[in-house]
Amino acid sequence: MISQETREIVVNGLWKQNPGIVQLLGLCPLLAISNTVVNSLSLGLATTLVMATASGSVALVRNVIPHEIRIPAFVLIIAALVTVVQLAMNAWMHPLYLVLGVFIPLITTNCIVLARVEAFASKRSTAHSILDATMMGLGLTGVLVLLGGLREAIGKGTLFSGIDLALGPVAKDWVIPLAHDYGGFLIAVLPPGAFIGLGLLIALYNRLRVTPA
Amino acid sequence: MNPALRETLSTALTLLVFAVVGASLLSGTYLLTRPNIERSEQAAKRALLAQTLPPDGFDNDLVHDTLPLPADARLGLKRPGTAYIARLAGQPRAVVLEAVAPDGYSGEIHLLVGILADGRIAGVRVTAHKETPGLGDYIDIGRAGWIRQFDGKSLDDPAADGWKVRKDGGRFDYMAGATITPRAVVAAVRRTLEYFAAHRAKLLAEPDTEETP
Repeated sequence: MISQETREIVVNGLWKQNPGIVQLLGLCPLLAISNTVVNSLSLGLATTLVMATASGSVALVRNVIPHEIRIPAFVLIIAALVTVVQLAMNAWMHPLYLVLGVFIPLITTNCIVLARVEAFASKRSTAHSILDATMMGLGLTGVLVLLGGLREAIGKGTLFSGIDLALGPVAKDWVIPLAHDYGGFLIAVLPPGAFIGLGLLIALYNRLRVTPA
Repeated sequence: MNPALRETLSTALTLLVFAVVGASLLSGTYLLTRPNIERSEQAAKRALLAQTLPPDGFDNDLVHDTLPLPADARLGLKRPGTAYIARLAGQPRAVVLEAVAPDGYSGEIHLLVGILADGRIAGVRVTAHKETPGLGDYIDIGRAGWIRQFDGKSLDDPAADGWKVRKDGGRFDYMAGATITPRAVVAAVRRTLEYFAAHRAKLLAEPDTEETP
């Protein structure tokens, strides 16, 4: 049996309060790294992992942190977890680490992580906090992947390019070319493409949610 | 002890505990991942170096057989760099020099230039650049084969006035829309060859140990 509260957390994270497209938090990685599906998915999942562990840890210790120092304590926890993820990626997914580069440590400054910790995990039970952070993270990842797919398809005419960086040389042939001799459409891959793409996604979302009578 | 002071102390101590726990988590992860990170960094470097040399042209470990390069203007190095010595059965056969083209369209272009003992180029690779995606980034082997046209070239082939892009009357191809980038790379490779010619004896010195009778 799924309780009403659990369902609400899931729906909020994935759709109603989607961090990427409704709360518009965490735009720094969203705009910078979303030029391919693989980059988007990798950074999205890394962010989700950090959010879930950070929210879980904060919820565990929420009663021992004095109110005055909660922000520095939260930031400390988040920064430590991000560094752990960064070291782990450097050790076991080196090529991908090179591609995502500076955006992994920047997860620390992604306000969606601190926002969920402060707004949710510091007040609610551990299980619910982890669920909330995971759903928010997946919601963000979904938007990232959608935007990354859009920009990659339009900008490069492929999908999943660079997948071998994440999964090893076996995956080299998994790249899907969408058109032959596609010349590319540069603006989609460059930063302006991210803004335009995100704008279109937000417009689409609003159209879907607010259906005119 | 007065209550205000006690509260301040306990708050500070809580934060200290968090800092200590965070720091030990990080040092633990660092120690755990360090061997792997070093291995993958060296493997990545080895793979890159191998691309600038003939596949069966050496049998030593390039990463550990190096000479320091001074911050030389011909190499474009602002800080001391590294020369990697390729040996076959102990005899130096080729050298890979780090070089920088300082005058790319958007800043420095970092190169690895593999040069055979007879002064011919075995291979050139771009290791880092900030050229415009889709325009100037064809110097990257991941984008195009452009960089391969240096293979087999030397100071005399083509002669000095041929070491330019075709647009300037030289022998090197370029792609429309971006001539500043290839111009910078061609000039930097030429200068690297000049540096090699001037320091050939030192770079390809026989190892002392094996010379002792």
